[in-house]
Amino acid sequence: MQIVPADFDRMFGALADPTRRDIVRRAIGGDEGILELAGHYPMSFAAVQKHVAILERAGLITKDRIGRRKVVRANVEGLRIVRRLLDQYEELWRSRIGRMAELLAEEAPGAQKGIER
Amino acid sequence: MTVTAVHKDSEKLTLTLDAEFDASPEQVWNLWADPRKLERWWGPPSYPATFTAHDFRVGGRSEYYMTGPEGPTPFLGYWQILDLDPPRSIRIEDGFVTDGSPNDLPGPGGMNVTILPIDGGRTRMTIENVFPDQAAMEQLLAMGQEEGLTQAIGQIDAILAEDATPAGAR
Repeated sequence: MQIVPADFDRMFGALADPTRRDIVRRAIGGDEGILELAGHYPMSFAAVQKHVAILERAGLITKDRIGRRKVVRANVEGLRIVRRLLDQYEELWRSRIGRMAELLAEEAPGAQKGIER
Repeated sequence: MTVTAVHKDSEKLTLTLDAEFDASPEQVWNLWADPRKLERWWGPPSYPATFTAHDFRVGGRSEYYMTGPEGPTPFLGYWQILDLDPPRSIRIEDGFVTDGSPNDLPGPGGMNVTILPIDGGRTRMTIENVFPDQAAMEQLLAMGQEEGLTQAIGQIDAILAEDATPAGAR
């Protein structure tokens, strides 16, 4: 399985901000629109709207229409991916190290070819 | 196994792996220094990396792209070589150069590599990964500890399991 690093970056970037993390937290099972969300933070509506847009682009939240209202909800699939990132990073490096070991094993028979640097 | 230890540090916000190889420090060093060797381990076989530049000296820069089943990926990766002490230590900043507008992209991450000879002619390599975005990594780690969030995700997991749509992805 391969996840395009650009997507990782976008998710990491989106979660880099404490306000955005808090929005995600509230959006889990939440029932608030942007206007209500904005009430929680000492910043303008426009600023909160911007944070929400970044989270939406990163696939971490969605805006769902419920009747006349638009509700900000966490995208569970997106959150799950984030949750797995750390483990995947470990996996990534484990496999890289595995390939390193294979490469070194190829060199092994005649070992100590002494490559100067 | 090759990997002997993994450490995730929520204070330093790093992922550190220790690996031991049946090889000399110079051989391990060359896995990083030689672009043809580097290409054979940096990307997975399904997404091999091609280094178009690899100026492996302090202040040097490397660039690579990866090739997936559908051709080259649209992003370009880069390394900025911050510090080298052959064959003992390597400090690299690595990141992505994106085509699109990079407004919400985090800063680059870092790799600190230490290569040390150990008993029996073996070599220990320690890779310290500094995350592309440290606050984000903290968030990841915190997710496992914050009951509220963990619980909520657990609940949602259960709900999703009920009406699981046949995952059409991939």
